[in-house]
Amino acid sequence: MKRFSLLMLALLLCASTIFAQIQIDWWHAMTGKNGQMVEELAKRFNDSQTAYKVVPVYKGSYSDTMNAGIAAFRAKQAPHIIQVYEVGTATMMNAGGAVYPVYKLMKDSGEKFDPKVYIPTITGYYSTSKGEMLSLPFNSSTAVMYYNKDAFRKAGLDPEKPPVTWPEFFEVAKKLKASGMEGGFSTNWISWIQLENFSAWHNQSFGTKNNGFDGLDTQLVFNTPLTIKHFETLYELSKDKTFIYGGRENKANPLFTSGTVGMHFESIGGYGNFKNTAKFDFGVARLPYYPEVKDAPQNTIIGGASLWVFNGKPKDDYKGVAKFFTFLSQPEIQAFWHQSTGYVPITVASYELTKKQGFYDANPGPEVAIKQLLNKAPTGNSRGIRFGNFNIIREIEDQTWEDILAGKISVRDGLNKMVADGNAELRKFERLYKK
Amino acid sequence: MAKQYEFRIKGLPYLLVLPQMVIVFIFFFWPAAQAIWQSFFLQDPFGGQYIFVGLENYQALFTDEASAYAQSFWVSVFFAVSVTVLAMSLSLFLAVQANKKIRAASFYKTMMIWPYAVATLIAGVLWLFMFNPNVGVVAWFLKHRLGYEWQHLLNTGQALTLLILAASWRQMSYNFVFFLAGLQSVPNDFIEAAAIDGAGPARRFWKIIFPILSPTTFYLLVMNLVYGFFETFPIVHQVTAGGPGKSTAILVYKVWRDGVVNLDLGGSSAQSVILMLMVIGLTIVQFRFIERRVNY
Repeated sequence: MKRFSLLMLALLLCASTIFAQIQIDWWHAMTGKNGQMVEELAKRFNDSQTAYKVVPVYKGSYSDTMNAGIAAFRAKQAPHIIQVYEVGTATMMNAGGAVYPVYKLMKDSGEKFDPKVYIPTITGYYSTSKGEMLSLPFNSSTAVMYYNKDAFRKAGLDPEKPPVTWPEFFEVAKKLKASGMEGGFSTNWISWIQLENFSAWHNQSFGTKNNGFDGLDTQLVFNTPLTIKHFETLYELSKDKTFIYGGRENKANPLFTSGTVGMHFESIGGYGNFKNTAKFDFGVARLPYYPEVKDAPQNTIIGGASLWVFNGKPKDDYKGVAKFFTFLSQPEIQAFWHQSTGYVPITVASYELTKKQGFYDANPGPEVAIKQLLNKAPTGNSRGIRFGNFNIIREIEDQTWEDILAGKISVRDGLNKMVADGNAELRKFERLYKK
Repeated sequence: MAKQYEFRIKGLPYLLVLPQMVIVFIFFFWPAAQAIWQSFFLQDPFGGQYIFVGLENYQALFTDEASAYAQSFWVSVFFAVSVTVLAMSLSLFLAVQANKKIRAASFYKTMMIWPYAVATLIAGVLWLFMFNPNVGVVAWFLKHRLGYEWQHLLNTGQALTLLILAASWRQMSYNFVFFLAGLQSVPNDFIEAAAIDGAGPARRFWKIIFPILSPTTFYLLVMNLVYGFFETFPIVHQVTAGGPGKSTAILVYKVWRDGVVNLDLGGSSAQSVILMLMVIGLTIVQFRFIERRVNY
């Protein structure tokens, strides 16, 4: 018996030397192919060194993951790294002691870290207005236009010349419908694409205080004559089904893949999905703009998620987190992530590398998105959006948009209502966090 | 007179009930108390900031036009009552049919019970697939064969109809089992005697069978209302997500949405306290009636 316990002790000692490796928990919300790629990233990092072991755990949807993180933090069981969607950015930023800002983490752990290697439109979204990076961008996308080249040919349009401005776009949509299609175009993400990106692309303010970057006392101001005109056109075109509404978030995709409409707005993150499901030749183009707007086109903004670090772990653990972030920022790793998922790379070097590898020759779509993000140096209107209760604001926009389409409220009143109700949410958030 | 047992060790009965009480306390009383407490605060999700606001969260529900709580309440009532009426009347009709001496009766019975094995969420997905305005079979049929445009993403009436159909379909199996059992316990003598006295099938049903079924019916009424109010969350979540606008956001869906997705913990807690009061009210009604029935 005594010998047995000694043996056990010896075994335990062995095991503890094996597990001297520090484990780093990473909670994420990626499913399917993207989820596999997350596992692959962790595996590559774990194989590259022996001191740390990154363990990715899938926690459900974006909101599930964020909630799990919040609950875990309150129970003092938080993971090291958590993936949070862009609408949660302001909540994380204002979480005070809960979050360890990335720029500080990198400095404290002595990792080499140059914020300039990152693409500013992407990192800007997750940085303070002084340029301090708070979270590491992970999966970033932007909105683009997809069009059915076969349908263009059938309607006698040049498939290599997608419409560039909104007036051209609406003409093409009508022609597509006239050629026998059930509808002309549809769009996903009314709030993100037709309001947020629309504003950035035309260099108009979405909210005051540089879209909320400079303070919690920001106000929504997107109910401009330009937006009203745009939405009135969309509403008019919905009557004869030149524009078909397909649902919130990305629910309108089947309209495009089934060939019901010929043009569609969706995230570049959906590129791979369309490649798999569309039984026709399709192209990717930049978002259209109104030519009378002086600064248009400016640049589009991102969507997606970033990696936040929770406070309250031993110092040695954070060294590992910093090493992992350095690893993730390498051009090869970024290029791999970009090419296998469709999300845009976060550094300029990885974009150049992907270009050199000839990836865009076979996949021109993703490059359109990157060029759109890099189109001009971002302004206060196009750096991103930083609102508290952002999720509710988007929900208000989605709901009111449906009421507009159903004819329950006029376009002008609807946009004013979005702004008024959204501002009430901003005030609630401000009240909670005002120092 | 009921027998009484005496425990020799004084503390033993308490010890025996303790595990159950612990579970009830941890999973019911504690969260309920927390909800009440949190409903008086404005708080940040990480628990860093707490601002006491008194009854403001409740007040906001009833005065804030944007929160549309009253609308949500009436939609919930309409929805729950519709589901109850539809699911109960159809299942009673089908149970009566299945209780007759027909060929393959047990096959029909099995088929009728089947939908109950389908999770509520999956039931929602099934109905959504059929009625999806872009790719759904039924939506396609309505549009191309009957010329009726199905667009529940924008049409409130259609959205509610779809939800009621999906929720009733699943609940019918449950009702069916109870009604069938109730019907089988109706003594044949009564029916035969009534038939000899010249009562037709309709009269026999309403004068004899239906009154005998009434305890079952009452039990099902309560269960269906509870189901309609509280357990249909997955269907709403899956099929309409509260839309178009917020016209189908029933109370339970709104609690979840505001608390879990939108992280408005104070407002969501206030809503759940109100829901809790409603459940307590329903339970009291149920017990009072059932106690009367037991004496009968």
